[in-house]
Amino acid sequence: MTTHPQFEEDLALYAMGVLGEEDRLNLEHHLADCPSCRRELEALRGDSALLALSTGGPRPPQRSRERLMKAIAQEPRRVEARRSRPWWALVPAFAAGLLAVLAGWLLTQNSSLKQQVQVLKNRSLKQQAELQRTREIVSTLTATDAMTVTLVAAKTPPQPQGKVMYMKDRGGLIFLASNLPPVPSQKAYELWLIPVQGAPMPAGVFKPDTHGSATVLNPPLTPGVEAKAFAITVEPEAGSATPTMPIVMVGGE
Amino acid sequence: MPDPEAKPNDSLLVAAIRTGDERAMGELYDRYSGIVYSVALRVLGDTGTAEDVLQEVFMQLWRNPGIFDSSRGNLAPWLAVISRNRAIDALRKRRPETDIEDVVVSVEKDLAGEADRAIAMGKVRSVLSAMPAPQRSALEMAYFEGLTHSEISQKTGEPLGTIKTRIRTGLLALRKAFAT
Repeated sequence: MTTHPQFEEDLALYAMGVLGEEDRLNLEHHLADCPSCRRELEALRGDSALLALSTGGPRPPQRSRERLMKAIAQEPRRVEARRSRPWWALVPAFAAGLLAVLAGWLLTQNSSLKQQVQVLKNRSLKQQAELQRTREIVSTLTATDAMTVTLVAAKTPPQPQGKVMYMKDRGGLIFLASNLPPVPSQKAYELWLIPVQGAPMPAGVFKPDTHGSATVLNPPLTPGVEAKAFAITVEPEAGSATPTMPIVMVGGE
Repeated sequence: MPDPEAKPNDSLLVAAIRTGDERAMGELYDRYSGIVYSVALRVLGDTGTAEDVLQEVFMQLWRNPGIFDSSRGNLAPWLAVISRNRAIDALRKRRPETDIEDVVVSVEKDLAGEADRAIAMGKVRSVLSAMPAPQRSALEMAYFEGLTHSEISQKTGEPLGTIKTRIRTGLLALRKAFAT
């Protein structure tokens, strides 16, 4: 056994519990990291136990045995105590068990809620990203200072153009126009949704800017209307309930 | 002389105590109360307090038999060390300094039988009587009075280093006697 010589004598005193305070702290610090000195300590305790064996003397009086046996009979072990316990003695154990179950349930709930929060958080982040992307698209489409160029066949003078994107199910609509001639004062263009069945429905009043560009975003439309075509007329600035002829632009699928 | 082979060994008795077997506790008491009591009486010199220590040591074993780890030594020296430590605490009127759980006593020799212990006692006494008186005295003052080497040095007027060396070599002499 390899022990550290500088601790050998202290180990012997420590084994007997008679090492001074300062030396004891030093040694305990060393023992924490030294298995060989710990083994030597156990051996020295065994050696000191042999000293105890040198103490032959009178046997303890009979009353000591009776005292012990009486004490242990009054302090039954759990195994026996469980059989003879009245039902109400189990109440604390039952309550503790119930608390443990409740704690377990809460822990599970907590974990499940954490997962849900995480899912919602992820969903929210995704939606935010989508919203941001949509905003960027719409802001580019609708920006008044955006450069808008319509390409046509060479040597063809620019023609008025309009483009409608229509989502029937939710009644969403985006209209982009270019090269529109200016409208007379107190007049405006009005976009019409021409349904498969029924009268034309107003789909937004607009005036082109100085470059002839115009935008209509999500005018109030009833969802679910099947569109056959879209048309533009010139109307009073406030808009009309029915189109005033002539139709200046029209387009259908 | 009862034959130890015919009786359940210590580990079986401790296992029985774990199940609340009072008779097993009585058996262990009959087997080891002599050594526990004589150590306490040697330290304390008072039968009443020695009986209290005896009671406390066995009650500890009853309440928590798991504290004795049979793989790390046998019960007789373990009980003897616990008894001595508790007696020193009582002598110095201090709270127990060492948790029973912390005490590991390594003795190779089987001391479960009364005959084995009687032989061991004779051997220890023989080693002690062969020691120079100052060495035996230093060893006994440390073990049975719980004096530190500084206190022994003050009491005997001998250097601290000498006391330390005497105590260690004294313990090693006991080990050597049992190794042969």
